[in-house]
Amino acid sequence: MGNKQTIFTAQQLDAYQDCTYFTRKEILRLFYRYRDLAPQLVPLDYTNHPDVKLPYELIGSMPELKDNPFRQRIAEVFSEDGEGNMTLDDFLDMFSVLSEMAPRDLKAYYAFKIYDFNDDDFICKSDLEKTLNKLTRNELTEDEVKMVCEKVIDEADLDNDGRLSLEDFQHMINRAPDFLSTFHIRI
Amino acid sequence: MEDDSVFVISARGRLKSNPLLDQLPSYQSLLYRRKSSSIRRRESSKGRLSISGMFNTANKLEERRKSQMEQRAIRELTLPIVEKRRHKDQRMEERNDLICCSQWREDARRHMKRLTDNAHVFLSSMKLWRSDIHQIEGMFGTGILSYFSFLRFLVALNLIIFLVMFCFVMLPMILDPTPRNVIYNQHQGNVCRTNPRTTRGILKNYHEHIVDLLSGDGILERTYLLYGFYTKDEIRFPQIIYKLPLAYLLATLGYLLLSLLWIVKRSVAGFKRHLIKDEDRFQSFCNKIFAGWDFCTTSESAAKQKRSSLLYELKTDLEDERIKQKMADRTTQDKCRIYLLRVVLNMFVMGVLAACFYSIYVATAFSQKAENRSKKVNFVVDLIHEYLPSIVITVANFITPLLFSVIINYEDYSPAFEIRFTLMRCVFMRLTSIAVLLFSLWTRISECGSDPCSNPKVCQCWETRVGQEMYKLTVFDFIIILAVTIFVEFPRKMLVDFCDCPLAKMLGLQEFGIPQNVLEIVYGQTICWIGTFYCPMLPAICTIKYFCIFYVKKLSLIKNCRPSTRPFRASSSNFFFLGVLLIGLILACFPISISLAHIKSSQACGPFSNYNTSWEALPAAVEALPQNGRNFINFLASETFAVSFFVVTCLAMFYVIALARAHKKVINQLREKLVMEGKDKRFLIQKLCQAQSILAASEPQLNSPGRRSPSYHTSFSSNFNNSVVLAHSPPKSSTHV
Repeated sequence: MGNKQTIFTAQQLDAYQDCTYFTRKEILRLFYRYRDLAPQLVPLDYTNHPDVKLPYELIGSMPELKDNPFRQRIAEVFSEDGEGNMTLDDFLDMFSVLSEMAPRDLKAYYAFKIYDFNDDDFICKSDLEKTLNKLTRNELTEDEVKMVCEKVIDEADLDNDGRLSLEDFQHMINRAPDFLSTFHIRI
Repeated sequence: MEDDSVFVISARGRLKSNPLLDQLPSYQSLLYRRKSSSIRRRESSKGRLSISGMFNTANKLEERRKSQMEQRAIRELTLPIVEKRRHKDQRMEERNDLICCSQWREDARRHMKRLTDNAHVFLSSMKLWRSDIHQIEGMFGTGILSYFSFLRFLVALNLIIFLVMFCFVMLPMILDPTPRNVIYNQHQGNVCRTNPRTTRGILKNYHEHIVDLLSGDGILERTYLLYGFYTKDEIRFPQIIYKLPLAYLLATLGYLLLSLLWIVKRSVAGFKRHLIKDEDRFQSFCNKIFAGWDFCTTSESAAKQKRSSLLYELKTDLEDERIKQKMADRTTQDKCRIYLLRVVLNMFVMGVLAACFYSIYVATAFSQKAENRSKKVNFVVDLIHEYLPSIVITVANFITPLLFSVIINYEDYSPAFEIRFTLMRCVFMRLTSIAVLLFSLWTRISECGSDPCSNPKVCQCWETRVGQEMYKLTVFDFIIILAVTIFVEFPRKMLVDFCDCPLAKMLGLQEFGIPQNVLEIVYGQTICWIGTFYCPMLPAICTIKYFCIFYVKKLSLIKNCRPSTRPFRASSSNFFFLGVLLIGLILACFPISISLAHIKSSQACGPFSNYNTSWEALPAAVEALPQNGRNFINFLASETFAVSFFVVTCLAMFYVIALARAHKKVINQLREKLVMEGKDKRFLIQKLCQAQSILAASEPQLNSPGRRSPSYHTSFSSNFNNSVVLAHSPPKSSTHV
């Protein structure tokens, strides 16, 4: 594999390889995907670290994300400004954490942040209700929603404060057998 | 977004009690994972605070952060890439300060890691059908994906088994320098007066060719396909003498052992996860909500389907809870009635199974008798006679699952148990039908001992006959899968698409039922394992068969199916698939071991014609070894070794079980301790809150602060009492005496 590409310097690619779970080829492929979202905004030369941010609407329209009910939260969590507008770094970070090779703890941490809608470091009942409604598109009745949220808190809350902290969440994820296989996007 | 409930600061810059929480070590560790911008902002706001020393944590933050993170790989840190890059540069600098020896070691380690990463990527890109499986995952989710990756595993397994048989059995025969008698004399050693078979002249009937090809008869008997062809005691190469019987025997044992090891290796990961998760929280709510959505879904229809299936699951679970409640409320009278009903239904099920098995037995006997008749009636009738056992097995395996799913509705179990129990019954039915077929063959073969002329075709070379039966089963299985897809699934889709009749509405689109499909291919694989000893080319045929089935099923899935409303969880499904496969393997070992060790090998054909039973090739080879080797192997086979090995294995097993039990106990204790610690923490914070507020209240210039009231804060403020410091009794805690 020769150094034929001129988009990144060798150090930049090296740094990306160390900071994400992607290889050189994949990083370049992801760069092209990023660029395809807005070819006029994204330059072909990143050697001088241009400051380019793609608005959330473009990110949310990607085929991998457009059907995901949590796409807005995902974009918000991984973007620098917290609004969903992503730089290339944020983009790579997001797909690296959601890739197959990221370890469980890392994924659990970011999953916690995604499901924490009000950003208070706890998943409280209202966060759970929002999660449930996004998952089922409001098709459960009020009672059923309440019952399910109660059951979730029952199962996962260890320190009995009525909501899930990061530790509760991670402990629960360790015992959720499907998490690794579902919390992953192939790109 | 910067409004953290813990970081409330009053208008005057006066600290309220909440920042005490800030100093808890558990919260500190959370801080390290924050984004850089928010940390910076928090640090600057803290700079305003005036309480002594305790808040000069900016430096402490840095130190602790450094030490914690040094051990972990950069990409596992929960930081954005900008931070990670900064961290990496820091580490590089630190590394440059090291002495060159450890620097070189660090570099070597990094390069090694990079190399292994690239190797992994390369290997996984070589995986068969990667893009197809990707497409399926996007459209149907991870449950169905696991079926297809199971299929891919079986293709690889069959290929390896074929390579084993090819290298050790077929290749020496092919490279044999001395030409052999091509036509083995089927009348050799035959004392019975038999009708001469219809002359197989050059101008054979076209139909007879087809029948031969489909049943492994005729010309195929004299090819590498069947056991009977390998009638050679030893092959003399220029330098060595290759003992074919020994090689044949060892290759058989080898492929069984190889399959076992590979399956166990694959199931270890799933088994670990199976042990960890709580048994009574199977498919718990948490798992459904936080790990329920397949982030891989890429099509809108799949997303819609996923959403409705999640909805269905949640409703089913809530229903489950209600049923559990109902079951707990059952009276004794109800219970008696239900148990009686269950006994009756189970007996009915056993009756049905017995009927099926009997019909398989009879069909096999009839098929054998019909083949002995030399007069061939008709092309189609001949074929039906040949395939009668396969037809009966397939029909039985088609009807019984439908019957089981109807019966289970009356037995009043919980839904989760219903699914599992029906599945168990289907597995039992499938694998036992093979056992019955083999039993029927065995009775024929053992008749040969007493009366060789009753069944001349079987008695002369029974291994070839068994091989032909297995070959027929495999071919028929393949034909049925193709036929069902082409003649049932496609028309159904066309009916639903183009016809508006009530029948179409009732049927609906086909669901891709994972359990039934998995049982189908496990059935095929069990036959392959049993049949490889008698038909060495069977693994190759199975490889091609599974290869074609992949594409057929994929096409049918994409064109005809909708995802099932009862989704099959990916995690438990891998365990289920490999578990059933393992049962199939164990079942396959029984007939092989009986025929190796117990049944007399036929004298007229095959590599073991000079031995009494096939197993005897091994002791004969051991006898030929030098004295030391013989002694060693005799020792290994002796009772002393067997008993001590057994005792040691039992001890190891008991130790591991005791360890697991101890771990479980420790986990429970730690869980209780965690709850207690949480309570302790809250109690202490409450007290501190009170103490601080009393302190603040005693200062005259205090303004009531314009507190924002985040949820965390109010839970404490509601509890504090101005007058008395230790007003409430503390909650029960482990520290309370």
